[in-house]
Amino acid sequence: MSSPMSVFDIAGQAMSSQIVRLNAIASNMANAGTVSTTKEGAFRALKPVFTEVSDAPGVATVKVSQVVQSATEPTRRHDPSNPLADKNGDVWDAGVDSAAELVDMIETQRQYQNNVQVMQTAKTLTLDTLRIEK
Amino acid sequence: MANDALFGIHGAALQIRSQRLSMLASNIANASTPGYKARDIDFAKALDDATNGRAASTTSAISGAMGYRVPVEASLDGNTVELPVEQTQFAENAVAYRSTLSFLQGDVSSLMQALKGE
Repeated sequence: MSSPMSVFDIAGQAMSSQIVRLNAIASNMANAGTVSTTKEGAFRALKPVFTEVSDAPGVATVKVSQVVQSATEPTRRHDPSNPLADKNGDVWDAGVDSAAELVDMIETQRQYQNNVQVMQTAKTLTLDTLRIEK
Repeated sequence: MANDALFGIHGAALQIRSQRLSMLASNIANASTPGYKARDIDFAKALDDATNGRAASTTSAISGAMGYRVPVEASLDGNTVELPVEQTQFAENAVAYRSTLSFLQGDVSSLMQALKGE
């Protein structure tokens, strides 16, 4: 009999995936205020893509299969005093939706907490099972 | 086989509870995976199949009692995990696992007492 993924593998890898997501959010927030001379050069938010990983029916964890650039377009702003402004006096603001990123951050935090809770419960139950003769 | 003379249905029950714990953990882990379909075990059916000898083993009884969760409200990305549902099921399953363990602990301690002849 092959050994399927344990609860610790499932919750552990899910926590790692949520951390990748949190890192992406941190990069996006850090770059939210950056400006660029061209639209192409402007920063666009990074988004991790979650994919299910399963080795037995019904038992699945999650991994980040790739990190993609979001579809949020950089916005043009007229700011002639900016040294990065083009010949029309425009700059491009980073394509980051700060409010959406903050909402995403809260969701990431909640889901990380859920996985920690799952792991704690599984740990307690496993230890109780080990001490069955007491 | 599953209907053990020593521990009754509790051995099979604990195995099913443990498998269900993994499945509910999988659902919680995939709460934000697009297209993920939440799954669960019908505990009563699995235990019935395992103890009545209808299934060859507890493992096959578990695979026979698996199903997909019907979401209260379908989400746009095809994910059918609803965290409140999964969390309550997870908590309920953990308590039930602990109860089964208590029954087993009782059995083990009676057995130990009989062996020691105290």
